[in-house]
Amino acid sequence: MSVTMDQIKGDGFDPGGDEERYRVKLENIFEGPMDLLVHLIKKAEVDIYDIPISRITEQYLAYLEWMKQMNIDFAGDFVLMASTLTHIKSRMLLPTQLGEPEEEDPRLEITRPLLEYLRIKSAAEQLAERNLLGDSTFTRKPEPDLFKDVADDQVIRIGLFELIDAFQNILDKVSSDHRVDLTRDRVSVQQRIRELTEILEEKASMTFDELFTEHRERADIIVTFLAILEMAKLGLVHIAQHVPTGIIRIFFQ
Amino acid sequence: MADDLKYIIESLLFVAESPLTMDQLKGVLEAEDTQAIKAAVDELIAEYDARDGGFVLRQVAGGYQFRTQARHNAWIKRLVKPSAPRLSRAALETLAIIAYNQPIIRSDIEHIRGVDSGGVLRMLMERKLIRVLGRKEIPGRPLIYATTKHFLEVFELKDLKDLPTPKEIEELGKSRLESDAQETYTAEDLSDAINETVGDRQDKTDDTKAE
Repeated sequence: MSVTMDQIKGDGFDPGGDEERYRVKLENIFEGPMDLLVHLIKKAEVDIYDIPISRITEQYLAYLEWMKQMNIDFAGDFVLMASTLTHIKSRMLLPTQLGEPEEEDPRLEITRPLLEYLRIKSAAEQLAERNLLGDSTFTRKPEPDLFKDVADDQVIRIGLFELIDAFQNILDKVSSDHRVDLTRDRVSVQQRIRELTEILEEKASMTFDELFTEHRERADIIVTFLAILEMAKLGLVHIAQHVPTGIIRIFFQ
Repeated sequence: MADDLKYIIESLLFVAESPLTMDQLKGVLEAEDTQAIKAAVDELIAEYDARDGGFVLRQVAGGYQFRTQARHNAWIKRLVKPSAPRLSRAALETLAIIAYNQPIIRSDIEHIRGVDSGGVLRMLMERKLIRVLGRKEIPGRPLIYATTKHFLEVFELKDLKDLPTPKEIEELGKSRLESDAQETYTAEDLSDAINETVGDRQDKTDDTKAE
């Protein structure tokens, strides 16, 4: 971020600089109110645990005003932050009454999220400094399209009814002496989605029958089926049927 | 046999298209002796490191994979097309939030970043860096996000524990905050600069009109 800031100062605030470039860049600089606040605090060289709230609020509002003048659209998030700052400022002005239990510093309302945001910012910078695959380091087969669809004419996307038919077949195969044991811990649909996602990340696709090989209990089969429906709805998988063989496959998106 | 094992593993790693896990190696080699395999892999890693040639063996996403040296990237990029545009700062921030706080819902991500993150999330999903784990059973049933195995591959991480700890981040962040403060020390005061620039702009428009 500091590099971009310097660039801004370099050609932006230079009176002879290119105005157009200057405007465009500034739009990208402060992505959100948090960014702007971090910038103001850094610039003021104040301790984040002891923010001069009235000064910072003033600068923040001045900045919003300036953005308006420059016709830069800013989201409501900026306004929300302005109201938070103003609210803290007013609470700071209230005298604390004797005898009342000591209140928490009102500024903590902004300090806590700021610290969290700074932590994330440096975490993001550290991610960017890693050897990125496809940029600084490469594998023998660059960018493996592991999840690519089999765009085969022989494959059609199937509807819910074909799926229910297939499910009925699986259920029919379960022998009737497998009764639901109510005392057993049931796997949630959520948990099954997680398990299936892990398997599909490895294998990219699975046949419908394969999904049910491990879980022979009726309740388990139903949970698995519901999990697949949910995953299809979320767009995590798509389900296709091979026309000649009738085999239904689940593809990881 | 020991040498054989090492070179068999080497050939497997050469052929594999994604990181080979210990389980995969064990399966192919029909061996139960994880230690011997691990020792052979470690030896290979050391050999390639010592050679310091075109590529090295790295531990990524729970497996092992040959990867080119970062210092040759400019040459490689002349041969292969860049796979995907660089991730923006917003994308990296969102990714960092998810990596450290997963499983996490969108509103919690936006709470930390202070901005709408829908577009960024969609892009990260398209690039397979994050995935949906399901829905949280609270009003509105929001989607739950987590990072993928592909995320580990892209960022050359062994596993999620390989990420710097919050404490390490804080220390690095602190030094960064201090150095940034020093850099901005020489800069003009923001509001002054703004006023000057706004003034300049008006002057300039007047000038052009006059001409």
